[in-house]
Amino acid sequence: MNADERDRLKKLLQEALPPTKNDESERDLWPALLRRLDVETAAPNFNWAWFDGALAAALVGAVALFPAAIPVALYYL
Amino acid sequence: MQNEPSSVLNQFQQGDLDAFEALFHEHQRAVYGWILRIVRNAAAAEELTVESFWRIWRAHARFNPAMGFEGWARRIATRVAFDWLRSAKPQHELTAELLAEAAAPEVTDAAVTAEIRRKTALAFGRLPPKLRIAATLAVIEEQPQKDVAAALGISVAAVKLRVFRALRLLRKDLQREGIRP
Repeated sequence: MNADERDRLKKLLQEALPPTKNDESERDLWPALLRRLDVETAAPNFNWAWFDGALAAALVGAVALFPAAIPVALYYL
Repeated sequence: MQNEPSSVLNQFQQGDLDAFEALFHEHQRAVYGWILRIVRNAAAAEELTVESFWRIWRAHARFNPAMGFEGWARRIATRVAFDWLRSAKPQHELTAELLAEAAAPEVTDAAVTAEIRRKTALAFGRLPPKLRIAATLAVIEEQPQKDVAAALGISVAAVKLRVFRALRLLRKDLQREGIRP
């Protein structure tokens, strides 16, 4: 693609999709952001990583297999 | 816009909500305008502005006051807009409705018919988001390449390469449609 073709393509693109002009929001978005902050703060995030899940599963598995170890584990806690 | 007192930036970095509000009101317009340039949809741009500032707030502890707020905010906003472009369903992309919303071009070549403009816009909407975002900012919006590079977190050379690849793909797609730019 030579420079001429590139320029023609750019011009065509600008005619098809004119640059945005009105780039100002008339709304104050701060209240919407505050609502978002409230929602996210109220709802704790339970997005566990796979490692957390694996650790919890291993713990449950260990307790199920060796119930006698529970008092020992509690003693050392 | 880059002259916020360093105390505000430091307070924001420490999680002060008042400082964050001051920064929000200082930068809301700029961030919204930047996102609008990328997504070309006013309603989505408002939502994504809120999302961007939400991510900015969450990341306040990682903010470096010495680097300034505007560039950092713009980079996060670009990421948010990119995620939206990537996940947007085809009907959210350059549909006839959005094309109708776009202002009529000031200077139109008589040979470029409405049909060609429509096909060009649709072909552009089919480009991979990574290329489309670079071409939108650098070619359509004519933003300085160093600003585009900073916002995308890549080098100026990489921006040039993405624009080149975008234009080449666009030309191929248009040729398939029987349009020779």
